[in-house]
Amino acid sequence: MADFLQSAGAFVVLMVALGLVRVARGPGRADRMMAAQLLGSGAVGALLLFGAASGESAVFDVALTLALLSAFASIAFVKFALRQDQPVVDEEEVP
Amino acid sequence: MSTLLDVLSIVAIVAGAFFYLAGTVGLLRFPDAYTRLHALTKADNLGLVLVVIGLLPQVDGVLTALKLLLVWLLVMLSSAAVSQLIARSARRRETRP
Repeated sequence: MADFLQSAGAFVVLMVALGLVRVARGPGRADRMMAAQLLGSGAVGALLLFGAASGESAVFDVALTLALLSAFASIAFVKFALRQDQPVVDEEEVP
Repeated sequence: MSTLLDVLSIVAIVAGAFFYLAGTVGLLRFPDAYTRLHALTKADNLGLVLVVIGLLPQVDGVLTALKLLLVWLLVMLSSAAVSQLIARSARRRETRP
């Protein structure tokens, strides 16, 4: 069972890493932030899987902390984005 | 009984991993910010929930299981709030009409 949990965790990490391509491609800031949000929730899931595989319950605390921090990261992004009053031109539309 | 629980865990975790796959594919392939947000919330909610359901029979002790449920509740709450906020910020900036 531990092997299965390990490989499921590795699969989730791989998927989340592929999702990071969206950070590079953009185009908007919200799209990049969505990839970061996926990274957060995927990392929480992978940490839970790895923690159950190794029987180390401290990893669950790490997952709890990461869930909190990734929520704060997104909220900070939105506060920052809404503070700018002028509409920002999308990078893709710049000639 | 133990074999049955193992099978339940494997089915749930495979389904959860499938939703992570679907979330990544949707994030990469969908055309605009709102549909990408739709794919992202599927990965957030369904993927993590299925992984937690699959792990519940595998951990030892009620306290550890409660901690798993706590992680799940926190991620549910934060992803619901954050997806609202991201959608609002995308709409306010009108990155794509």
